[in-house]
Amino acid sequence: MDMAYLIATIVKIVVILLVFSALAGLGTYFERKVLAFMQRRLGPMYVGPYGLLQIAADGIKLFTKEDIIPANVVRPIFKIAPVITAATAFMAAAAIPFMPSFTIGGYEVKPIVSDINIGLLYIFGVMGVGLYGPLLGGMASANKWSLISAARSAAIFISYEVVTGLSILAPVMMVGSLSLIDFNNWQIENGWMVWYQPVAFILFWIAAFAETGRTPFHLVANDHEIIDGFGTEYSGMRWGLFFIGEYANMFFISFVIPLIFLGGFGEGTFIDGLIFLGKMSFFFFFFLWTRAAWPDVRPDQLMWLCWKVLMPIAVLNVVITGIVMM
Amino acid sequence: MSNTEMFKDRNISEDYFLLDIEDYPTTPWEKFKRVVKRSFKGELFVGLWVVLREMIKFDIHTIQYPEEKLPIGPRYRAVHEMKRLWESGTERCIGCGLCEKICISNCIRMETRYDENQRKEVGEYSINLGRCIFCGYCAEVCPELAITHGGEYENASEQREHFILYEDMLTPIDDVLNKKQREFQGFGAITPHEDERLKKTPLAY
Repeated sequence: MDMAYLIATIVKIVVILLVFSALAGLGTYFERKVLAFMQRRLGPMYVGPYGLLQIAADGIKLFTKEDIIPANVVRPIFKIAPVITAATAFMAAAAIPFMPSFTIGGYEVKPIVSDINIGLLYIFGVMGVGLYGPLLGGMASANKWSLISAARSAAIFISYEVVTGLSILAPVMMVGSLSLIDFNNWQIENGWMVWYQPVAFILFWIAAFAETGRTPFHLVANDHEIIDGFGTEYSGMRWGLFFIGEYANMFFISFVIPLIFLGGFGEGTFIDGLIFLGKMSFFFFFFLWTRAAWPDVRPDQLMWLCWKVLMPIAVLNVVITGIVMM
Repeated sequence: MSNTEMFKDRNISEDYFLLDIEDYPTTPWEKFKRVVKRSFKGELFVGLWVVLREMIKFDIHTIQYPEEKLPIGPRYRAVHEMKRLWESGTERCIGCGLCEKICISNCIRMETRYDENQRKEVGEYSINLGRCIFCGYCAEVCPELAITHGGEYENASEQREHFILYEDMLTPIDDVLNKKQREFQGFGAITPHEDERLKKTPLAY
């Protein structure tokens, strides 16, 4: 293993960690502003110009707030749970190509930490492990709301993972690889995947909402039903880690959807990179948009939807794709 | 249904209609049909469009309070004002004590005495704004229109003693001499342009 590769990898890891931690903070700002504008409010306005420094104020608050660990909790699990959520969210980023490759001083930089041949499997596996954060944190909290939230997160988990896996299976069959780079290259030759697999696109998009726990399926921490769910007993930076994990997950999913279905970054020119960022921004914005517009479903409705509607459609999609490919 | 027919004739507008609510689905097939109908009828997209439209219109309704304030009505009942006579500038209060009597939260106190001309004079007059419920009875009962309610509603303070400062309520003598004292029209006065805001009650009993 040569030195340049090692240094490049470490630099990439540090950049991804720093950029997406900051983006997670910026994501909360965007969410507040977008929700506020959609509800005819102004959102944060006082800290800094147009409230931009609100992120810094929130960061200072989270870092300096007392880290309370209640008396009856299972201490080691309670302490480790937020770390699982945040760490797995960032680990999933290892197999995501964020930008087309570019050259700095004669050295070609590929903005992906590791182009492993099981890329998609790895991403969804690690993102799935992230659900252990709410599950363990909720069960260890010695709080009824947290317990309900943990039960819900388990129920959601087994529901949506089936849909995610089956909906992504048909595109994988067509491309014949699990690497997102291969997906990108396949779409350069054959056009966007969404024209071949519109059903899989919709199903995967729906499942992404369950994956990130965003509004139509925001059952794990539904404020009006179960306070903050698994986060009820958390305070300070431990709670902040849950938050960073959630927003980092939203960003990563917003990268993955256009990579799989909407042509990714294409040939890899500068313009293509910008267009790719535009697609990613649209999917991130859509997460905020639905939060302003749509109501939440009940847990049983979500499970009904996943198991009895989406899963059969996904299976049919896979079968039809197989028949057509033969 | 027939005994509610009388309520339909409300003689205010023709826009009233009864909502047509479907029965709840019972069989799985009906439930599935409802999901499909709701998913593809576009209700979800109507919601998305409505919030996006509001965002593009950017019609912000927030009042950034300390910098911006909404106008308050002329009949708003906030901190009291003690009026003066227009001609001489002396205090209008004749010390009759009616406000003290009618005050239901017992927050008005006054001491009166005879001055050198054997006329009644108010020595000490205080309203404990910390106890006052701003019901407006004192202004209503005052025969001289001497005590009225003003529009000053920002009366937070660090000390309770600040809530009974008579000097703050008394109209400054300069204002009276410059003819700036806002006059209260007395009990029963209505808001200007009240006619335009009148509406018929929705139920024609």
